Amino acid sequence: MPPLSRWFIKSSFVYLVATFVSGVLAVVDAAWDVIPGAVQVTPVYYHLFMLGWVSQLIFGVGNWMFPVYSREAPRRSERLGWAVYGLLNGGLELLVLAEVVRAFAAEQAGHWLQAVGALLLWLAGTAFVANTWGRIRGK
Amino acid sequence: MPRFSRWAARLALVYLVIGFTFGGLLLSNKGVSYAPALWRLRPAHIEFLFAGWMVQLSLGVAHWIIPRFRGGRFGRVELAWLALGLLNGGILLVSFGALAGLPTWAPVVGRAMEGAAALAYLIYIWPRIRPLS
Repeated sequence: MPPLSRWFIKSSFVYLVATFVSGVLAVVDAAWDVIPGAVQVTPVYYHLFMLGWVSQLIFGVGNWMFPVYSREAPRRSERLGWAVYGLLNGGLELLVLAEVVRAFAAEQAGHWLQAVGALLLWLAGTAFVANTWGRIRGK
Repeated sequence: MPRFSRWAARLALVYLVIGFTFGGLLLSNKGVSYAPALWRLRPAHIEFLFAGWMVQLSLGVAHWIIPRFRGGRFGRVELAWLALGLLNGGILLVSFGALAGLPTWAPVVGRAMEGAAALAYLIYIWPRIRPLS
């Protein structure tokens, strides 16, 4: 298994743990209102699950198992693949950080962090498709 | 990768890009509000990433890697194509029914088409799920 796939897959399992931790927080907050301000844990829970766990696992397995692009570049651009990894994880971590900042520091700064996180995630998805499209082919 | 899998995987990648674009617009607009009407894209964002990206990619990869019949035959592959058509029609009806001002029955028909897609694919793939020997 190539190193990038190992990083994607191991990270996806870390996010699976984080998903359920945020799930516990969401339920605790709903019951006892322990988190200050207008923090929304539930959207974080869904994004950790769908992007951090499911999509990241697919990206890792896809990078490993989809047909090779060419003999010289079997997984097309390794550099772009690592950029996808960085953008996806950076974007997700910014989304989580945005909620923490909104709760305990400046609400406006939290909003901006969320917008930047959204941009990084969009770049991650677009770059993954650009790098994978040419590998979806017959023998 | 067989032809059906290529179609399903490429459609899944298209939905991934559009779903991420809608999601990016929704999240950024939630952070720094610039177009409140963007919130109407939320059903399409969820539908595209859940059914269009994840489900569709799964159907494509399953067709590719699940054991084939003797001689490399896939079985009743026309059912898989039917499932692909129904799934995509359903996704579009559910996502854009409200947005395009279609009658309220449109999302209901869309969901029914997605269910029929799942049933058609189940009938297609069922006999292939067996021991390799």
